[in-house]
Amino acid sequence: MKYLYFPGCSLKSTGKPYEESILSVFRALDVDIEELKDWNCCGATAYMAVDELKSFSLCARNMALAVKQHGEGNGEPVQLVAPCSACYSLLLKSQHYMEENPEVSRVVKTALKEVGLESEGLSQKVRIRHPLDVLANDIGIERIKDQVKKPLTGLKVVPYYGCLLVRPYATFDDPYNPTSMDRLIRALGAEPVDWALKTRCCGGTLSGTIQGVGLRLSYLLLKEASRKGGELLLTACPLCQFDLECFQGGMNNRFQHNVQMPVAYFSQLIGKAFNLSDREVGAQRLFIPMKLEAAAP
Amino acid sequence: MMDAGRHPRIKLMTCSEVVAVSGYMGNYRATIRTKPRYIREDLCVGCLQCIDACVFKKPRFPDEFNMGLGLRKPVYLPFPQATPQVPLIDPENCLQLKTGKCKQGCAEKCERKAVDFEQKEKIQEVQVGTIIVATGFKTVDPHKVPYYGYGKYPNVYTALEAERLVSASGPTEGEVILRDGRKPETVGIIHCVGSRDEKTNRWCSRVCCMYSLKLAHLIREHSGAKIYNFYIDMRTPGKGYEEFYNKLLEEGVQFIRGRVAEVTDWAVKPGEEGKLILRVEDTMIGQVRRIPVDMVVLSTGLESQPDAAKVSALFGLSRSADGFFAEAHPKLRPVETNTDGVFLAGCAQGPRDVPDAVAHAGAAASMAIALLNKGEVTIAPTTAKVVREKCVGCGDCLPVCPYTAISRVEGKAEVNAALCKGCGTCVATCPSGAIEGLHFTDEQLVAQIEGVLT
Repeated sequence: MKYLYFPGCSLKSTGKPYEESILSVFRALDVDIEELKDWNCCGATAYMAVDELKSFSLCARNMALAVKQHGEGNGEPVQLVAPCSACYSLLLKSQHYMEENPEVSRVVKTALKEVGLESEGLSQKVRIRHPLDVLANDIGIERIKDQVKKPLTGLKVVPYYGCLLVRPYATFDDPYNPTSMDRLIRALGAEPVDWALKTRCCGGTLSGTIQGVGLRLSYLLLKEASRKGGELLLTACPLCQFDLECFQGGMNNRFQHNVQMPVAYFSQLIGKAFNLSDREVGAQRLFIPMKLEAAAP
Repeated sequence: MMDAGRHPRIKLMTCSEVVAVSGYMGNYRATIRTKPRYIREDLCVGCLQCIDACVFKKPRFPDEFNMGLGLRKPVYLPFPQATPQVPLIDPENCLQLKTGKCKQGCAEKCERKAVDFEQKEKIQEVQVGTIIVATGFKTVDPHKVPYYGYGKYPNVYTALEAERLVSASGPTEGEVILRDGRKPETVGIIHCVGSRDEKTNRWCSRVCCMYSLKLAHLIREHSGAKIYNFYIDMRTPGKGYEEFYNKLLEEGVQFIRGRVAEVTDWAVKPGEEGKLILRVEDTMIGQVRRIPVDMVVLSTGLESQPDAAKVSALFGLSRSADGFFAEAHPKLRPVETNTDGVFLAGCAQGPRDVPDAVAHAGAAASMAIALLNKGEVTIAPTTAKVVREKCVGCGDCLPVCPYTAISRVEGKAEVNAALCKGCGTCVATCPSGAIEGLHFTDEQLVAQIEGVLT
């Protein structure tokens, strides 16, 4: 299957290692993936809070571009991969709103007409996918297992899905107890840590606005992850990764505690298990080096 | 139950199910399939020596009656008061039935020679005048509420499991011992699991408040644990029920008004290690609380049996929106159904507690007997009638009749007046105009219309 890839702002900036590792892993698995041309902001956070209709129009433009780039195909919907949880969730949300709310679809239609794009049937013509979904369900755990060259035996890895990935619109995993990343971790030879905070908020943009609250939310996650014996925490969202990794010093100061846990993208760990180089998975960009060997028992 | 089993006028058929029903009020024929029990009821005296003599020296299969908390042998008595007091053999686990290679200790020991491995499934037909459907209920599968961690955390129990733990004849002889061998110091009972909930079932299951109170009382009495009840509203209507609730309040059982958000093992403070943490909004104080407990009991609600659709088709019953069998009238005819001669008893019709179920069953029994004793029944005269000369025998009317009142006799349709409710569907369907609704014939209707118009 062919995939189109929508990076969104994060994957070109703070989430650079996410982009590098996703593309490397897809390449290693022989998956055809191509970047969406002339994409724009997904409309998350600021846009959404100020003017929801504008954010839907932004999403719709990306989808319309995807349909255009995909061409007729064989009538199959275009598979648009959005690695950032916010992009992923907002693209899905736009599809739902356009389907269910005539006012939204009217505004979107007018906006797209202005730039000469077709807005008809975007919800059917585009399938929004998260790379975790693609890896676990399209490519399959078995094919990933076959590619593992350096199994991460015994490494205790904490799967963290974040708040937006599996709810409210995603259908590829259980919203209460998602397991796709757990299965991937096991396929790499590592041991997924079962914990209760898989889908709890990381603090999101609060780490920049109301830092006390944001840091506390991130800190609770890291504390619980290390209490459960985790040695490496995996995320599937650039903002989660940023929040959980970059503010660890600040958390330790504020909460008089010493948590230090490497926080990587799930695709980086897959890449390392495939024996890709550090550069290929963007490992050198992490502040806390990724841990790949289990602690001695 | 034992009385019913012993009564000379009651024929109890266990391990049996009704597979087909035909006929009508006062004249039903039911086909009944009886599964083999592999022990002959006519010979067995219930000495239970076969159980001791089984080649499995120790019980090793999950005991269904104890919700899998205890173990049983392949030959077993389902529960101590089982009626009849005749054990049965589980063909899935019995060595003889599974492999054909067993010493057959049970058969050897049985002086009455009641063990019979050759028993086969039996199909029989019985003639009955009336039918009472009392197929009961099912408790909600707690996996449907994943945020309460059932199946994930071993110390989360369903109420039925907790009930077996506090029972003197249960697997622990009434001692409250958790799956990890500890005795609980604190217990949280969560009400309305799979009840009054938009995501699962919307109705109140009616019995959970009271059984939760009973469990709170018994667990506290048996283990001395501190008990928390998490409720939306306490619903304790019934004789002596509110008094029991007050008694528990005085006993020091804690009641927190709020629906629990989640059960996790997310320990934050030192003393919470190894405990289950309940997060709940205490709506009385307007605060979100975290309450660590050793044991969680989920008070699961009641819903209809998974095969209710099959049973409703079998007896021509309708079902209400909640899936339970529908009564003929919610207030005035609570035990009758729309099929004459078929009555409902107990939770098959809707959630109810023991006294209510007994009363409901009593009403169903007396209505059934009254109908039988009449000998003759009065029916409404507004039935459909086939004009044989006009009927061409096309059979279009047969499938449309909701009461299966029409049959083909000598190539032509015939309406059974005892079954017909006069709904008129067949009258409208008949392409030859051969069926008329008595008292609502075309002539009568046209005359009425003319009368109105002139």
